[in-house]
Amino acid sequence: MRISAFVLGLWLIMAMAGTLPSFDPHLVSLPDILKPPSTSHWLGTDELGRPILDRLLAGASVSLLVAVTTVSLSATIGIIIGLLAGYFGGIVDRVISRLIEVFLAFPGMLLAIAMAAMIGPGIDNVIFALAVMGWVGYARLVRVQVMALRQRDHVLAAVALGRTDLAIMIRHLLPLAMAPVWVEASFGLAGAVVAEAGLSFLGLGIQPPDASWGGMIRDGVRYLLVAPHLVLAPGMALFLVVLAANLFGDGLRDRFDVTSRNTP
Amino acid sequence: MHNLFEQLLDTLIVLFGVSTLVFLLLVMIPGDPVDVVLGESAQVADREAMRAALGLDRPLLERWGLFYIDLAQGDLGDSLVRRQPVAQLIMQRLPATLQLAGAAFLLVLVLALPLGTLAARHRGRGLDRLAQGFALIGVSIPNFWLGPLLVLLFSIQLGWTPVSGNLEPGSLLLPAITLGLSMAAITTRMVRSSLLEIESQPFLRTARCKGLSETAVMLRHSLPNAMLPVITVLGLQLGSLLAGAVITEVVFAWPGIGSLLVDAIRQRDYPVVQGVVLFIALSYVLANRLSDLLSGWLDPRIRGTD
Repeated sequence: MRISAFVLGLWLIMAMAGTLPSFDPHLVSLPDILKPPSTSHWLGTDELGRPILDRLLAGASVSLLVAVTTVSLSATIGIIIGLLAGYFGGIVDRVISRLIEVFLAFPGMLLAIAMAAMIGPGIDNVIFALAVMGWVGYARLVRVQVMALRQRDHVLAAVALGRTDLAIMIRHLLPLAMAPVWVEASFGLAGAVVAEAGLSFLGLGIQPPDASWGGMIRDGVRYLLVAPHLVLAPGMALFLVVLAANLFGDGLRDRFDVTSRNTP
Repeated sequence: MHNLFEQLLDTLIVLFGVSTLVFLLLVMIPGDPVDVVLGESAQVADREAMRAALGLDRPLLERWGLFYIDLAQGDLGDSLVRRQPVAQLIMQRLPATLQLAGAAFLLVLVLALPLGTLAARHRGRGLDRLAQGFALIGVSIPNFWLGPLLVLLFSIQLGWTPVSGNLEPGSLLLPAITLGLSMAAITTRMVRSSLLEIESQPFLRTARCKGLSETAVMLRHSLPNAMLPVITVLGLQLGSLLAGAVITEVVFAWPGIGSLLVDAIRQRDYPVVQGVVLFIALSYVLANRLSDLLSGWLDPRIRGTD
């Protein structure tokens, strides 16, 4: 878990460095086309002579922004919907459960591709498309948790004391239902990073000339024979971040012991 | 039979929801799709013709109804670019995708069953760690990076396989690995954990007490009993193979429905986009339901209560 936290921290530093003005991911330099890594360009240059390192850092900013925003948005929507379904039950729960079932029955990445295709590319649209597919997991988790917690003594006591529904949900139910949400968010971070890169790879995400890891891989594939570093550098960064987020999620799951909590 | 009927009704509701979601996608296009496709300077007659072709001249509810009437007849509309029925386009491209998905599925079985079994048998030791490491890497490696990596290694460095397309023999191997690896990783984990879960069951102790060898216990008693959750996961994956094929087909220029979808997105051929998405989503739902039915039928405990 320490190594994964280290890699995720590195990602954060890269993302912040990517916003510094001393790096220029758009600097076209025609004499330096497709140069291999050297002392002047640590990771070499791409097909327009742009420094890969600078583009990698800019890509880190984009992926971090998209992933964190997507996860926060999906989690917020999912938690609210899950709380409502689990707390009120009855017809509210039945409608929401059907909705969850329909979204779960849809392959997530396909829904994101289809939405990005319809609403068009761009960073806002990518976040929107990913949040539309992302909320379901959180809603399902929180719903099950709240249903299990609803009959606990402290909740019944709060009801007897006349606390409002909102206060009970937020003060007495949500804190106890959060453990699996953190685990899901960690895996969700990995999923959002891959999905953003995947959409950009298909040309449906971040648009050129803006840098994104998926876009860099797509452009680099054409020069695989002469300049493999174009594909290797962004792919390795992507792989490490996803691996770290997955490991972090595994670690959190072991720490919270989520599986035994699901059956109180 | 009550159970089966309930499942069928449930499936119908989900199918209805999923297809409505796909129908709504077309409504989500910002602005006027006709402007998007034809450009703002198009002739009025052309615009009206396209409006009628897309059904945009009718109210939303009527379009929704017509969508289902057409769907019931297997009519997914016509392509704007290729002047061909969408259903026909999908049928032309489907064999290539099925070939790819079939090969990937075979790879999942060949990799995951032995690897998961070995990992469970050597729990906590080197082989288990190796299998777990493979599973973690397999889950984390994005297929649009794995594809180019495999090409770099096997096609360019070693020269063993063709770079792309599906015309030469051996060209199926790299796309199948690209598509199948993450699923093989998930299945390996599933096989391992479900074998470990039944490890303490009395029937295994009985089998061992009879003097059966570890291998016999594994093949005759552990594996058959551990297969139910694995079959459910495999069913889930059979559907996501079609969805995952979209990116893999683009990486290898594989002429299946995934490339059809991405080409259609580039050409703003909305009926084709909608048709392919609907086709993949419905196949996904049906694959999941079939695997549920299959594992219910295989499990004597569930079968007995019907």
